[in-house]
Amino acid sequence: MTRIRFHQELDELKHRILAMAGMAEQAIDLAVQAYSQRDPSLCQRVISNEAAINRAEREVDEFAIDLLAMQQPMAIDLRFILAVIKINADLERIGDQAVNIVQRVMNMIELPVSELPVDIPAMATRVRAMIRDALRSFIEGDPELARHVLEADDEIDRMNHEAFATLSGFMQSQPNGAVQALDALSIARNLERVADHATNIAEDVIFWIRGADVRHGAGHQTAGS
Amino acid sequence: MATAVEVHDLKAWFGKTEALHGINMAVEAKHATAVIGPSGCGKSTFIRCLNRMHETNPEAKSEGTVRVGGVDVYEMPAVDVRRRVGMVFQKPNPFPTMTIYDNVAAGLKLNGTHNRKILDDIVEHSLQQAALWDEVKDILKKQSGASLSGGQQQRLCIARALAVSPEVMLMDEPASALDPISTAKIEDLIFELKQKLTIVIVTHNMQQASRVAEFTGFFLMGNLIEFDKTEKIFTNPSDKRTEDYITGRFG
Repeated sequence: MTRIRFHQELDELKHRILAMAGMAEQAIDLAVQAYSQRDPSLCQRVISNEAAINRAEREVDEFAIDLLAMQQPMAIDLRFILAVIKINADLERIGDQAVNIVQRVMNMIELPVSELPVDIPAMATRVRAMIRDALRSFIEGDPELARHVLEADDEIDRMNHEAFATLSGFMQSQPNGAVQALDALSIARNLERVADHATNIAEDVIFWIRGADVRHGAGHQTAGS
Repeated sequence: MATAVEVHDLKAWFGKTEALHGINMAVEAKHATAVIGPSGCGKSTFIRCLNRMHETNPEAKSEGTVRVGGVDVYEMPAVDVRRRVGMVFQKPNPFPTMTIYDNVAAGLKLNGTHNRKILDDIVEHSLQQAALWDEVKDILKKQSGASLSGGQQQRLCIARALAVSPEVMLMDEPASALDPISTAKIEDLIFELKQKLTIVIVTHNMQQASRVAEFTGFFLMGNLIEFDKTEKIFTNPSDKRTEDYITGRFG
């Protein structure tokens, strides 16, 4: 009773989620570029690409639910499909965060340039690395790499707190730049949320490969135990 | 939790062919335990050893110990073993010339119960336990067991086995010849029965195993590869061979 057709469909599901991952990753890259270059056309691209990400999310979900209903998967195959459904939602939310970022960037473009005491590109570089590693851990089924992603999230949280502290101080000392600072603060928060989604993806990879639920610091529980 | 059946180093042969290679298992009382594995893995041979049905084949022999309620089944008369450990087969096998009533009462009469009132009570109770009473109460002594549908016949066989108050019920693919509705009735019945007795069910249907059993053993080529809680076996088995089988990568 080897299930060749079913396993081909699992491969197809993986291809579809990876295609969606590419769109979400690109959305964040474009949003960060739009911030650095103050480029409204890049903002527009991110906004117009969002519909494709949303459409892909629905298609991946439908395909995954069909497999659950029609194939009654077990063990690692069941965990894979459950992980894909959750990763799918995280990717869609990453797309949403990219839109949130460019909305703030469009706001900033309308305002005078202000020398803000925050290094958004440095934070973005680390967040993009987390997304890249989370997706690589998914592609390669590598729980060790996924664990590194979980560890990297602490640094992003620290950077976000630091941005909050320095930008709050800036708003008090230079009220003329308060709106720009508020936009930058929101962008830092959006990036921190993207890192959380990358962390979720990494947790789902660990669940898929090892059957271990590592959410909320629960590192020692396994599915079915 | 109490153990209903203890199996220690159980080996079984058909002629010179060793079909089981030293099985160890503790079957929890008042729970359902599923036995799964590909064709020819020894799962039916295993459960047939639990009530000494295996030895009814003249070419067959076995070694090791099987204890039911702490007593070695080879130290009991075979008739007693089969009263304490009932069995239901893949294909319903009611006695075709007997009425529904007599089918259920057959085991009791064989054991020396002839009091009409006692027989009536036990037949009714057994048919109720098997969720068949409402469907047959008006035709008990009018129609034969063979006149019932396949699903009803299987529940009749379960009632027949229940009539002698077994501690353990062995089920060898009890629903594989039934339609989905009859299958659902058998599965509901297993849920009810395990409140009072221990079930060991062989099934090729892994969804069925996951639905009805708290514990599952995976057999392969006469070996018990993995035995664990059912949710563990079907979500995160410990052995690669179990995972490959249940995900359809071989078999």
